[in-house]
Parts: sequence; structure tokens; C-alpha cells
Amino acid sequence: MTAFILKRLAIAVPTILLLIVFSFLLMEAAPGSPFATERGVPPAVLANLEAKYGLDKPLIQRMGIYIYDVVVNFDFGPSFKFKDRTVNDLIAQGFPVTLTYGFWSFVVAVAVGGTLGVLAAVFHNSWLDYLAVGISIGAQVLPNFVMAPILVLIFTLWLGWLPGGGWRGGQIEYLILPVIALSTSYMASIARITRSSMLEVLNAGFIRTARAKGLPMRRVILRHALKPAMLPVISYLGPAFVGMITGSVLIDVFFSTGGIGQFFVNSALSRDYSVIMGITILIGTLTVLFNLLVDVIYAWIDPKIRY
Amino acid sequence: MALLDVDNLAVSFRTADGIVNAVNGLSISVDGGETLAIVGESGSGKSQTAFAVMGLLARNGSASGSIKLDGTELLGLSQAELNRKRAEQVAMIFQDPMTSLNPYLRVGDQMVEVLTLHKGMSKRAALKECVAMLEAVRIPDARGRLSMYPHEFSGGMRQRIMIAMALLCHPRLLIADEPTTALDVTVQAQIMELLADIRRDFGTAMILITHDLGIVADTCERTVVMYGGRVMEQGATADLFARPSHPYTLGLLKAVPRLDVDQDELETIPGDPPDMSRLPKGCPFTPRCAFRLEQCADVQPDLLPWQNVLRACHADPEKVK
Repeated sequence: MTAFILKRLAIAVPTILLLIVFSFLLMEAAPGSPFATERGVPPAVLANLEAKYGLDKPLIQRMGIYIYDVVVNFDFGPSFKFKDRTVNDLIAQGFPVTLTYGFWSFVVAVAVGGTLGVLAAVFHNSWLDYLAVGISIGAQVLPNFVMAPILVLIFTLWLGWLPGGGWRGGQIEYLILPVIALSTSYMASIARITRSSMLEVLNAGFIRTARAKGLPMRRVILRHALKPAMLPVISYLGPAFVGMITGSVLIDVFFSTGGIGQFFVNSALSRDYSVIMGITILIGTLTVLFNLLVDVIYAWIDPKIRY
Repeated sequence: MALLDVDNLAVSFRTADGIVNAVNGLSISVDGGETLAIVGESGSGKSQTAFAVMGLLARNGSASGSIKLDGTELLGLSQAELNRKRAEQVAMIFQDPMTSLNPYLRVGDQMVEVLTLHKGMSKRAALKECVAMLEAVRIPDARGRLSMYPHEFSGGMRQRIMIAMALLCHPRLLIADEPTTALDVTVQAQIMELLADIRRDFGTAMILITHDLGIVADTCERTVVMYGGRVMEQGATADLFARPSHPYTLGLLKAVPRLDVDQDELETIPGDPPDMSRLPKGCPFTPRCAFRLEQCADVQPDLLPWQNVLRACHADPEKVK
């Protein structure tokens, strides 16, 4: 197992390097520049700016310097747009925010979605099943840019219970609406996957054996059915967790939470190369790590898998 | 009093295509320590009869009639009451040992939970009992096997484990639903031998569901031949096989390949098993029967004694040959 994890980590290094190279080339190919403005910049000023940020050097050299800085110094460089701020600063400021609401969204999505899915499967074709399927379809088709204003309308404007935006260090009342808005569609997917996988497991021969042994239904489900039924869910949860903790521009914009989702989109629009690269690498690395974690959990659950 | 007394059992399923009647007015009984064979083609209602006894019918299925185990009516019992009967008084083993054991749990854990649940044993005492039972079904190095997972065993070994697990609480009745169908021929013989030994050593009554007539002849005192969810013929196995008096039994016996006769082609029963959602009013075997009479399609024949057997057929038994 340890050997497997080390091997996978070793493969992760070239994967992330490739990610860096491709992102770098893509941005190079995209038109525009971080210094382009409406009025235009005098050529002499532009030359000075490019020299300052090292953009006058050839592509290969720039890429080499960038990768060296990231890998050796863990330095993602200065932002091109925010004066006197480095990418490390921006991530240090924004990532804890998205991590917080992302993590709670994950917890809510798994708890609610998992429970709905299991109940729907156990009470297949009952009103409970139809209700759970109805909720998850509703949640799936309601995009969060529709969800967010509706939530604010109800809980802020009508009921006056919760603030409609802001962060204040992630106090609970500022957390609730973003978490609901972000977790809903994930919750729906988890409920759907859990339900179908649980239905399949409940039809398996070994579940019939467990019932023939006179085990109470609760024990049959918790002890015999849950583990195998969670396998497909877990493979979804790895990427979903990364998706949630790296945030969403919509949540950041709508609730003014100030997470990295907002920085990410703004930087892409303004060609803030170093910020795009920094956040891309962050998301890429997390994706690789959590996919590895999923594989480890798989091996832990399924005794047939040996690495 | 018989150990198991099934009277006028009907099992039906609600499906998208309408009601499917899998078992229609079946009456059988099993005495303590006896082995009863239920034979018939796929879809004749054998397995559904067993599931009805175990209370394991699919969610869309329902059973009516009466199933008495040791005098207690099983139909209509709550799940909790039924759970006490299962494993303690009646246990079941299934066709495919590859899928009947939980692949995600150790064999020991799957066995131990039966004893801790039903007998209130400590884990330690239960483990000891499990080792003894695995030795009884002749699994070598039983202690070491308890910590292994099902995929680490061969098919025959898994079926032995299933049998051991079914016997842990010493049930009075064991239902074996085609226990050897998924196994190699040599392993089949070993498992059948094991079942016969268990019956002798534990005094367990057994219902053996199979379509392998060779197995039936060797191990079962009595045989019930089912078709279309009904009993076609039943009686002592020896009588039934020596002189089949029902066209369907005759067809089944003729279809057994023989090594002692030079055969170019296997005998078959023409036609297909019946569509259980559209059974004829009369005898379900009518469309495939070579001896059918005018009333067969409309009038269900009663199960009546003839010589030493019971048969449900309008045709003159002397002419069925």
C-alpha cells in the first residue's frame, strides 16, 4: 500500500508539470495582455513593464524561471494587476474562505444527499422514494445563480433572518446561505448516485443471504449494503470535494465572500497570468491528491483490490 | 404433525405486464429429518415456493394460503418475528455461492453475527462455534480461514461456508435452492455427499430444489414435480422414477441423457415453459402435452392418488408411457 501511494505521488509530479506547461502555453496563445488598457500604453512604458515582469524574455526561458520559482521557492510570483501583492498573498487570503464554505458544503451535501439516496433505495417506489427523487431533481435543475437570489429574497429580505452577503471571518450566519447555494446541486448528484447504487446492492445475492440469516433490516443495510453501495459515490466525492473547496465565482460574487473563485475568474478576464497559474496549480494539485485518496479508500473498502 | 406444512400456497407478483402467478395452490409437507425434492424446469415456481417459506419474496410479490412451520403460521408474521424463525428454525442456501457471501466482509464476521444475534453469544464463544462448524463441513484449517474474504475461496469452498453458516443455529429445516448448479461436476458430488452427511449427523430436514434428476434419485425420499406453479405429481422418489404416471414427469425423465444407450439426439419436451401471466384455465402443461385430452385446457385436474403416488392429470395413467 505504501509503495502504491509513493508510486502514485511520483506519477503526480509529471502530471502537475504537464498541467503547468499546458496552462502556460494556453495563456500565451490567448490574445490580450495584463497591461492593455482602453487608452493604450506608450511603447516605452510597455517595454519597461514587460522588462520588470520578465515578459521580454523568450517563452521557454520564462517558463523555466516560473517552474523553478514554484517548485523550489514555492513562490507563484507577483500579481500583474494587484500592485504590491503576490499570488501567494491572494491565495492565503482567499483560500481559507473557500475552504471553509466548501468544506461545510461538502459535509451538508454528503449528509443530506447520502441519507436521501439510502432512504429512497430502501423504500423503493414508495412516497419517500418519489419525494427524494423529486427533491434531488429539483435541486439538480435549479442552478446556483437562481438559487442564490431566491435564498437571499426569502431569508434576508422577507424573513430578515440571515445577512445577504459578507464574510466576517466565516461566522455561522454568514456561512449558511453560501453553503446551501453551493451544496444543493452536489447534494442532488450524491442522492442520485447513492440511490441507484444502493438499489443495485439491495438486489445482490449476499443481501438475500443476510436477510435469510434473520438479520434486522437496519443491520442488513448498515452492515452489509452500505459499504459496497458507497463505492460509486466515493469516486464522485473526490473531484466533487475539490470542486467545492476551490469555490465558485458565483458564490463569491453573489455573497461577497471574497474567496478564490472570484480571483480566478477576474484574473482570467484581465490576463493576470500569475494568478491564473497559481490557482490552476492549486486546483490541479488538489485534484490529483484527492483522486489518490479515493483510490486508497477504495482499497480499504474492497478487499479484492490490492495494490 | 409435519415439520413444514404448506397448504394451498399461492404466490403472485404485480408487474408492469400484469399479475404473474408463480405458485398456484401448492400443498406440500415435510416431516422432521426428511428430504423432499422439488423438481421442475426454470419458472415452474420452485424457488418462489422456497422464498415464500423464508419470507424473502421480492417487494412486489405476495403470498396467500398457509405455511406452517412446527405448527406456527409463517404468513402474516411481522419481520421481527420472522427474523427469529430464520436461521434458528429454517435456513436457506442458494444457487450461486459466488454471490451469496458478502464480498466486503470477512467470512468469520459473516458467520459470527448469526450466533451473536440469535444466540446472544460472545464473539469469542461464537468464533469457537464457527470453527467447529467449518470443520463439520470439512474445511481444512478452519481457524485460519475465518479472517479470509470470500474471493479467496473456490466455489465449492464457498458453498461449504454457506452450508456451515446456515447450520450454525441448528435449524430443523434447510432449504437448498439448486445448491450445486453453479459448481463443477466433481464438486457437485462432494457437496451432495456433505448435505447427506449433515442430514444424518444433525437430523436436519431438507428441501432440495433442483432440476438435476440424478441428484434427486440418490438423496431424496420424496419428490414433488412442479410445473406452472402447480404440483403435477408427487410421491416416493423410487415409485415416481420407476413408473412416472404424469406426462411431464415422463418427459423430464426421458430428457435425462443416458450413457448406457446409444443416443443420437437428446430427448426434449417440445415447446417452452409457460407464460406465468397467461396460464391456461386448465392444466398448465396442456400445450406441450402429448397425451392431452379435450377437457385439459379448461378443467384443472385434481391431485388424486394412483397406486403409490399423487398425480394431477386427466389422462389414463396406464396409457402414459
